[in-house]
Amino acid sequence: MSSSSNTAAEETLLTPELLANIGRQDAPRRELVTRREIRKYAIATGNRQQRYLDGDVAPPMFHVPLFWDVVTMEELSPDGVFIDKLLPKFPLEKAMAGGLEIEYLKPVHPGDWLTATRTLTDIYEKRGRSGPLIFYELVMEIRNDEGELVIREKTTRILR
Amino acid sequence: MTTATANREFRTGDALPGFTRSCDEIQLFLYNAVLYNAHRIHFDYPYATEVEGYPGLVVAGPLLGDWLHQCVEEWLDGDGDLERISYSNRGAAYVGDALHVGGEVTAVDEAAGTAALTLWVRNDAGDTLVPGEATVRLGAGGAP
Repeated sequence: MSSSSNTAAEETLLTPELLANIGRQDAPRRELVTRREIRKYAIATGNRQQRYLDGDVAPPMFHVPLFWDVVTMEELSPDGVFIDKLLPKFPLEKAMAGGLEIEYLKPVHPGDWLTATRTLTDIYEKRGRSGPLIFYELVMEIRNDEGELVIREKTTRILR
Repeated sequence: MTTATANREFRTGDALPGFTRSCDEIQLFLYNAVLYNAHRIHFDYPYATEVEGYPGLVVAGPLLGDWLHQCVEEWLDGDGDLERISYSNRGAAYVGDALHVGGEVTAVDEAAGTAALTLWVRNDAGDTLVPGEATVRLGAGGAP
């Protein structure tokens, strides 16, 4: 590396070892949709549509509780959070607001078995006003037992 | 542009009626119980305020995302389907805050039979805590 003044701007926090995690997947998780869980979710979110309150069909975002990690208490940190094992250790750790993009392709009903697979699809870096930012993207694909895509969710998170 | 379904006409600039709500301790408890989410900032007031420095218990981010979905679906009222949504939790909301959930039609694609929406959750200070965008397919249909 030269000692020119623009060297700092070209430095990257993203080592080849870190970038090698792109494409990593966790084990698929298969869960059963039940009327009881749909009703609990619809009530807790303040939903006002009877078909959801009755549990006849799942409201959008029902996949969030369905695939939330169920882990032992020993796996929770003191603030009650589960450390996501799909993610590598990043050189920046302070999480900033991220975003979510969700596509809904098929309805979800009680009795459906759904399988979610998460993939770490991207890691990239940008330079913010106060220093470097690391972005990563996680895609969760949810399929039914026929293999059809039901929901696709992309989460983007920012670390500083 | 406008497009008509069997029952409705959709126009660029149409406002979604939306709603104003606040999340209380009971709703926040039930929501996190359904998720199996034990994050202390949602139920441990001394921890949230003294350790994390928040002014109160923090409303769960995905609950606000859910409210954007409800805003869209209540407006559609069966005359269309939510196909795609994106949102970002930019600012925190706290238990008891009045939260204003709304949106507007930004484009109507008559040929495709879709409309684009902009969405938001705002607090009383006028901060947009959760900006969002959505695409809806117009006309009574299947999913979800």
